[in-house]
Amino acid sequence: MPQTLNKALEPFLIIVGSLTISMLLFGVFVASVGADPFDVYQTMYRAAFGTSFSWQNTLIRAAPLMLTALCTALPGYLGLIVIGGEGAVVMGGLFAAIAALAMPSAPPLVVLLTMALAGMIAGGIWLMIPGLLRHYRAVNETISSLLLNYIAIALLNHLVTNTFRDPESLNHPSTHHIGEANMIGLIPGTDLHWGLVFGIVACVIAWFFMRHTVFGFASQIAGGNVRAAQIAGLPVGRLVLIICFVAGAAGGLTGMVEVAAIHGRANDTLNANYGYAGILVAFVARNNPLAIIPVAVLLGGIRASSGLLQRAHELPDATVLVMQGIIFLVILFSETLYGRFSRLQKQGAS
Amino acid sequence: MEAGWWGVLIAVLGGAIRIGTPFLFVSLGECLTEKSGRINLGLEGTLVMGAMTGYAVSLHSGSPWLGVLCAGLAGMALGALHSWLCSFQRVNDIAVGIAMMLFGTGLAFFLGKPYIQPSAPRLPSIDLGAWSDVPQLKAALQINALFLIGIVVAIVLGWMLTNTAWGLKVRVAGESADAARALGLPVDRIRIMSTAQGGFLAGIGGSYLSLYYPFNWSEGLSSGQGLMAVALVIFARWQPMACLWVSLLWGGAAALGPSLQSVGITGGYYIFNAIPYIMTLAVMIITCSPRRTLVGAPHELTVTR
Repeated sequence: MPQTLNKALEPFLIIVGSLTISMLLFGVFVASVGADPFDVYQTMYRAAFGTSFSWQNTLIRAAPLMLTALCTALPGYLGLIVIGGEGAVVMGGLFAAIAALAMPSAPPLVVLLTMALAGMIAGGIWLMIPGLLRHYRAVNETISSLLLNYIAIALLNHLVTNTFRDPESLNHPSTHHIGEANMIGLIPGTDLHWGLVFGIVACVIAWFFMRHTVFGFASQIAGGNVRAAQIAGLPVGRLVLIICFVAGAAGGLTGMVEVAAIHGRANDTLNANYGYAGILVAFVARNNPLAIIPVAVLLGGIRASSGLLQRAHELPDATVLVMQGIIFLVILFSETLYGRFSRLQKQGAS
Repeated sequence: MEAGWWGVLIAVLGGAIRIGTPFLFVSLGECLTEKSGRINLGLEGTLVMGAMTGYAVSLHSGSPWLGVLCAGLAGMALGALHSWLCSFQRVNDIAVGIAMMLFGTGLAFFLGKPYIQPSAPRLPSIDLGAWSDVPQLKAALQINALFLIGIVVAIVLGWMLTNTAWGLKVRVAGESADAARALGLPVDRIRIMSTAQGGFLAGIGGSYLSLYYPFNWSEGLSSGQGLMAVALVIFARWQPMACLWVSLLWGGAAALGPSLQSVGITGGYYIFNAIPYIMTLAVMIITCSPRRTLVGAPHELTVTR
């Protein structure tokens, strides 16, 4: 019993410890540019979690991060580092909008379902490419998914300035509006749109599949040792393709929600760096889909506080980027600490 | 019409040099780092940080060359931080690279906020086209001294890697850490030094962006040159001289979209901008294979496994 407790406690303690150290380092940084770190943290807390309004602001920012974190976390089970979430979001949003525009007279529910499907398939196929290249051509998936981000953004810009351009969008080339009737509404009684529910549900489903099914177990074996998995007869290629597709589908859904709940059209605002922030969430959550939910809320809170930090302390809006970067570096560094404490404990016991 | 197409060709050649120079510095830095067995994906952050530092120092001191030097030093510090973190067990160099990219750009945006408006002294350019009467050719041959320095660095780096004891040590650390340790070489220290020196070069590449072309400091200054350097080095097969040619090729590809626009072909503007990324991906697909490692790749490198 104590050993299983240790196993669960170790990552928790290391992550809480890393976050504390990050806060210390960021405090020193803030103090070095002449702001009072305690004041800054108080402001951040107020802006992120202080009132029901700030909670809503935080959750709106957290919702897309839950989905884009899955873009990195799921392939992480296979030992792949995929950083193509940004491209999947862009492709998902673009094709969701195109799907909606292709069916102008269908009832809203049908339109929304088609949009979700189109977005997920587009995002899924987009991230399947790095998986495919990795498995069959041994192309490094990190680099190929990164390049695909740029190609996706170019494709989006090309299509919204040419083929699918709404002639009325003069300064900001966009597709036509998908129609007010087709927009996703708000969760009753709140100012939150349904994207948050999608994010939470997707994370729970992903957790269930990866932890409690044969499919998830097979993926973890393939991630631990590809040779062993092949000798055991596991279809490694198929696992890679399916997981990359599902990961991309999560990103595509993010793009669909952005279009159907917020912008109403596809344009370059889809390229809002949710994909890159999702990588950070996945790393902090150590690829655990359930842990993604609180981490996304925490990061959403940090991002939500940027506006008030600017007004209250005259700190530039990049302040939260610096904080993100520090957290990211400390968390990655903390990987080296795993296993050291249990060894110490055993030595103490014997 | 005939003159128009000549104009496109000249503009592409001029663009190859003008846009290719930052590629050259970043890719030489990445090349050195990778030769020692590490990959630094964080050079995008280094580049942006170098651009900000160079611009700020040039503005305050009035000397753009001091700006270039300080940009290099800032890049060196970021490179050293990257490789120091990676020298601990189980710390993944690719992941740290992504983190350094976010950290470096965030820090540059934070510290660079006051420098978006003011205008700093610019790096002077060398006029190699004075003999010509064609204005386009004159413009294309306005070359910055950093490009010439970059060529020298490429030649010297290539020579040193193959012909000096220092180069041999770097290559041994990159080919086999075990062999290097057996020889008594300090693998971690070699990699930290190589990554820091690589960061120095990448920082200089950044200062070229802010102090020469496009000559401003803003948050959208870099369009991913630091990230593409990783792919560029693969394209160049880890040879500094090849980095020079590939940088020129990349720069020319990036200049193609705007120069075709000048003769009235505007349709594929964004697609032309994506050509370097598509080319890189195509090259990786063609040259990678599950049955063998890439020719010329350092064996300790994680991208080739």
